[in-house]
Amino acid sequence: MGMTMTEKILAAHAGISESTPGQLIEARCDMTLGNDITAPIAIREFTRIGVKTVWDAGRIALVPDHFTPNKDIPSAEQAKIVRDFAKAHDIVNYFEIGEMGIEHALLPEKGLVLPGDLVIGADSHTCTYGALGAFSTGVGSTDFACAMATGTCWFRVPETILVELKGSLPDCSCGKDVILKLIGDIGVDGARYKSLEFSGQGVSSLSMDGRFTIANMAIEAGAKNGIFGVDELTTAYIKESMESGLRKDEFTVYESDPDARYSRVITYDLGGIEPQVAFPHLPENTKGISEIAEIKIDQVVIGSCTNGRMEDLRTAAAVLKGKRVKRGVRLIVFPATQKIYLDALREGLIETFVESGAIVSTPTCGPCLGGHMGVLAAGEKAVATTNRNFVGRMGHKDSEVYLASPAVAAASALAGKIASPDSV
Amino acid sequence: MHNSETLLFEGTAFKYGDNIDTDVIIPARYLNTSDPKELAAHCMEDIDREFAVRVRRGDIIVAGENFGCGSSREHAPIAIKASGISCVIAASFARIFYRNAVNIGLPILECPDASNGIGYGDTLFVDLSSGTIRNVSKKRDFFSHPLPPFMQEIIHAGGLVERTRLKMEEK
Repeated sequence: MGMTMTEKILAAHAGISESTPGQLIEARCDMTLGNDITAPIAIREFTRIGVKTVWDAGRIALVPDHFTPNKDIPSAEQAKIVRDFAKAHDIVNYFEIGEMGIEHALLPEKGLVLPGDLVIGADSHTCTYGALGAFSTGVGSTDFACAMATGTCWFRVPETILVELKGSLPDCSCGKDVILKLIGDIGVDGARYKSLEFSGQGVSSLSMDGRFTIANMAIEAGAKNGIFGVDELTTAYIKESMESGLRKDEFTVYESDPDARYSRVITYDLGGIEPQVAFPHLPENTKGISEIAEIKIDQVVIGSCTNGRMEDLRTAAAVLKGKRVKRGVRLIVFPATQKIYLDALREGLIETFVESGAIVSTPTCGPCLGGHMGVLAAGEKAVATTNRNFVGRMGHKDSEVYLASPAVAAASALAGKIASPDSV
Repeated sequence: MHNSETLLFEGTAFKYGDNIDTDVIIPARYLNTSDPKELAAHCMEDIDREFAVRVRRGDIIVAGENFGCGSSREHAPIAIKASGISCVIAASFARIFYRNAVNIGLPILECPDASNGIGYGDTLFVDLSSGTIRNVSKKRDFFSHPLPPFMQEIIHAGGLVERTRLKMEEK
């Protein structure tokens, strides 16, 4: 019987020839990750295990990105716990502000994730790296603690849903619209415990940044991971990212067998996907941009591990170029990594943002989870290119978040209401 | 009441709907600490201001589908456990919350019938070893599947850290 990519990667890392959905396995990790929110608990639990050293100082990534630059004294104390641990254990991949980025944009950029890898991270959006043909999934702090000690983690092998993509996207749409459309169709638990495998001829028309966005939000459908096959675009990306020299291993490219088992097959013609907006308070509450009545907004946020990459900034800048943000609307742009920030600066995008009336922030997860750098007051509405619009996600419990693409977010900032990029 | 030897729990039900996410279980504005008591003080506050005030040791959370969806923050099951909740019953759990609960030893039971047949304030009696849930107020019994042996092993060891420590010592 054939296996899916996910089943093959899990089997290979568990040292078994075959894995089947429902099977419980213990598997070897290639990379493990924690941030300034999740690592302090992991470090506390690691200490309780009682081992003196970490399993492999080169396969642990610690990225203080959530409440950094430290937003208050308790956050500073948490960041310090992570910094001290990194120093004590000679953690190679500890990224202090100045060289950091939002973890899920940073790790691929630094070549820390390779095709065929098994990656766990104490952050739910760890599923982002599936764009590179890796199995990667979010876990908790205790899982991360035990993996730091043993290099292994337990898994239940997931069933797989095949998402077959055909054609290519219309000009106004991007990867964000594909994943929002899917979540809208199957619901926030439509892929619960399952793997989402994106395949089909349409994948070749999606950029790497678009694929990262799609894999990133697999968790918003409840999925364990989102995964893409490896093509020429992936190989070119990996070649460049490996120049960092942080990972020197040979990698393995896995492909799903033609007779692999899928619990469900969903097909989309990309050409029919218009820009999507997810209404409060669930990512599944999606509507096509053409169906939306006037919704006035107070704030627009462009960035995050979902949509803070170069393509996203270029798209937003193209909409904003030569125009002014509507008076009364606050536009916050935050590039996802230092490299993206610098590239955007050199390309003139930052100038476009500032001239349009936006503010540009250092990389941080802050605004996305209502931490800092753009918290909402009661009754305020925001359009965000982030990933969640739960009650209180970006601030007060009576605020509202509408999830959309960078193009829709930028257009909405100009219009002062949710707007299509071709209307401004 | 909480008897850890026999894994029997008795308490009052706090009932919630579908898709209770970890942002409402513990909002991110409180994630600048990992102290269980501080987290417990703000547990569920964005959807139920009364929860932290009214919850008593042994009480039970009962919810609909996809409980604990969203962020991987272990602060969520930690806050629930530290608030005194003995057990969470849901029609289904989001996967990261499920593994976090198992890993830290917070008992959970997946049981759609119980989720439908229990209301806010009902008195419940739970036998974790058999997966039996008794709604004492409504005089109805529900049965959930016990956890797979591998996960029971983690819970019996006292959590994943304890199990890992035992395994490391064996080596």
